[in-house]
Amino acid sequence: MSDKPKNTKNTKNTEKAAQTEKNGQAEKNGQAGQAEAQRLSVFKTYKLYVGGKFPRSESGRVYEVTDPKGRWLANAPRSSRKDARDAAVAARKAFGGWSGATAYNRGQILYRVAEMLEGRRDQFVREVAEAEGLSKSRAAVQVDAAIDRWVWYAGWTDKIAQVVGGGNPVAGPFFNLSSPEPTGVVTVLAPQESSFLGLVSVLAPVIATGNTAIVIASEKSPLPALSLGEVLATSDVPGGVVNILSGGTAEIAAPLAAHQDVNAIDLAGADEALAKELEIAAADNLKRVVRPQPVDYFGTPGIERLTAFLETKTVWHPTGALGASGSSY
Amino acid sequence: MASAFEYAPAPESRSVVDIAPSYGLFIDGEFTEAAEGKVFKTVSPSTEEVLSEVARAGEADVDRAVRAARGAFGKWSALPGSERAKYLFRIARIIQERSRELAVLETLDNGKPIKETRDADLPLVAAHFFYYAGWADKLEHAGFGTAPRPLGVAGQVIPWNFPLLMLAWKIAPALATGNTVVLKPAETTPLSALFFADICRQAGLPKGVVNILPGYGDAGAALVEHPDVNKVAFTGSTAVGKAIARQVAGTKKKVTLELGGKGANIVFDDAPIDQAVEGIVTGIFFNQGQVCCAGSRLLVQESIHDELLDSLKRRLSTLRLGDPLDKNTDIGAINSAEQLARISSLVEQGEAEGAERWSPACELPSAGYWFAPTLFTNVTQAHTVARDEIFGPVLSVLTFRTPDEAVAKANNSQYGLSAGIWTEKGSRILAVASKLRAGVIWSNTFNKFDPTSPFGGYKESGYGREGGRHGLEAYLDV
Repeated sequence: MSDKPKNTKNTKNTEKAAQTEKNGQAEKNGQAGQAEAQRLSVFKTYKLYVGGKFPRSESGRVYEVTDPKGRWLANAPRSSRKDARDAAVAARKAFGGWSGATAYNRGQILYRVAEMLEGRRDQFVREVAEAEGLSKSRAAVQVDAAIDRWVWYAGWTDKIAQVVGGGNPVAGPFFNLSSPEPTGVVTVLAPQESSFLGLVSVLAPVIATGNTAIVIASEKSPLPALSLGEVLATSDVPGGVVNILSGGTAEIAAPLAAHQDVNAIDLAGADEALAKELEIAAADNLKRVVRPQPVDYFGTPGIERLTAFLETKTVWHPTGALGASGSSY
Repeated sequence: MASAFEYAPAPESRSVVDIAPSYGLFIDGEFTEAAEGKVFKTVSPSTEEVLSEVARAGEADVDRAVRAARGAFGKWSALPGSERAKYLFRIARIIQERSRELAVLETLDNGKPIKETRDADLPLVAAHFFYYAGWADKLEHAGFGTAPRPLGVAGQVIPWNFPLLMLAWKIAPALATGNTVVLKPAETTPLSALFFADICRQAGLPKGVVNILPGYGDAGAALVEHPDVNKVAFTGSTAVGKAIARQVAGTKKKVTLELGGKGANIVFDDAPIDQAVEGIVTGIFFNQGQVCCAGSRLLVQESIHDELLDSLKRRLSTLRLGDPLDKNTDIGAINSAEQLARISSLVEQGEAEGAERWSPACELPSAGYWFAPTLFTNVTQAHTVARDEIFGPVLSVLTFRTPDEAVAKANNSQYGLSAGIWTEKGSRILAVASKLRAGVIWSNTFNKFDPTSPFGGYKESGYGREGGRHGLEAYLDV
């Protein structure tokens, strides 16, 4: 790979440079560095992504996001339960259009996300490296895997129905077909440790099958997720199909687990106690629940996360009298 | 209205079935008394005659049965699939051989017409065992990986509306995939499950693979909560389904729930009226409407409302209510006094809320639990009879003008189990079917079942599917 850092020690020891490095200024040195050092970098105000727009939290709250060494990275929005409810409304509103889109169309849009990410690869490598305290090269491996994951799921959109659906050979003069359909609005608690690859691994299968998603970003490392919103907004993903919230996972998840217009919840990012509490709340309208489980996000994903958010619809119709009854057409 | 030609009584003989005065629990291949010595009586809903006294399982019995199932699991799951298949084929064959006996038994204990147990329940029961028998040695081809593994001990709780059929839906896929079973039949209909225990004996099924625990809700709850149960399968009310979902939260137990429904049966103006009327009748009066996927909300296009209602009322006047053992009977008894009270109270509420009630002239027998086929017209979506599952022979009629309105009204429910569409226009069937949020859609037919076909609900009608290839997933570690 071409962008292997020349010297990893370099990035570690220059603490003063850390501030400017976060905005991508650091890898320059020599004479130009003199002049560059005078320039103040431009920080980004990270915002939520809800209904295709980038609001701040309605609560006006933020919280400090740091890297694993405790250095300040940004102030991320601290979403409230009202933000969560707004996201649920946006996701419901988008469901009809997204679930009604052809699988071919959804596949192309997911692939488009991969294209857009490839173009912003350096940005995500930097953000993941900062968020998770990784070297650039190790962060790059994560980002590349995440981009490839979008490609993998893009290819599933128009195949899953053939793999898990089918015609049923009923014993009677009926035509009968089972097809998978999206279950609806899915809340996803993104994994806490894998800020980007883990996030993509739990989000992509939800929307690949035509569901709409409310994502609660990793509480500790929300910035790559919030930046993903910017990519989604420019990838032909209709507004509201993916909604990304940052803040306290437990605080945001509680109203969503209890929300009567949310159909499913993926508890990947919940610890054992929170997962149990949310699963109990989810029983109230019988949400489909994916329990937390150990996942190697680098492994090839199975189809479990695709099928977890699908319903099976079986349609019957008479075929008219057939051979069995002795009559003909 | 007396017709010109009266039917002579045509009762099925009950001499084909020999009901013992008392039954025990079936644990580890033996009939045994309950640890606390408790018993309960099961009555015939059509006569209130006590049929038998049955041991009532408690917590200690659940524990004993789960241990037996755990003990049997190692050997059973290690059997080659082809051997498990042969056991299931044996069971299927014995069910066919004893089908008349079981049909009469089921009619006596449940109250449903012999016509239905003989022609629907029993053939389907046998068909489910045949279907899943064939999967037992082909699991690696089912699409769940190359080495799908069973989960362990399955705790299964089934309802009273199709006692033996629900048993087949639960036990056949569980055994085919190598799990062992503890099954609790409903307290009002324990007998056919106990006869099934005898079928397991005849089939030479290893001890402990199937355990049957007649009992009440407390036994069901104990089974669901038992720490050594790996899989919970429940068919019944949405309220209990939610309680189960809460109970298993935070555990590793895999769960499938087959819950309530309020099926919309949509009739468009170009539908073949006579065929639709038959479908409506099947949809709501089959098994006295005690069917989770019953088409209990009739949505009629406004322009044909009067014509359809006239035909429907005429047809309802020809339904014969009475002795379930009579082969000409269409409507049997309601399963229990409790259920009858629930139906009556919801119907009274419907009247109180202003819906218009109609029933054909219909004489109800003096003993037993009976409810005349009932229609409600002038129903709005806000009425209780349009929202709550009544689980009885009660049909609510609503109208619509456009397909969009039909879809919106059909989907306006917490439930999402079944729906029906009646129209001669193929494109309309496909368009409407794709917009309905329900797990089973019957177009120009209703209440059809087949072991090859996945069955289960959207929304609060539960999760998971039973039947077909999909039904295997519930019992495999995937």
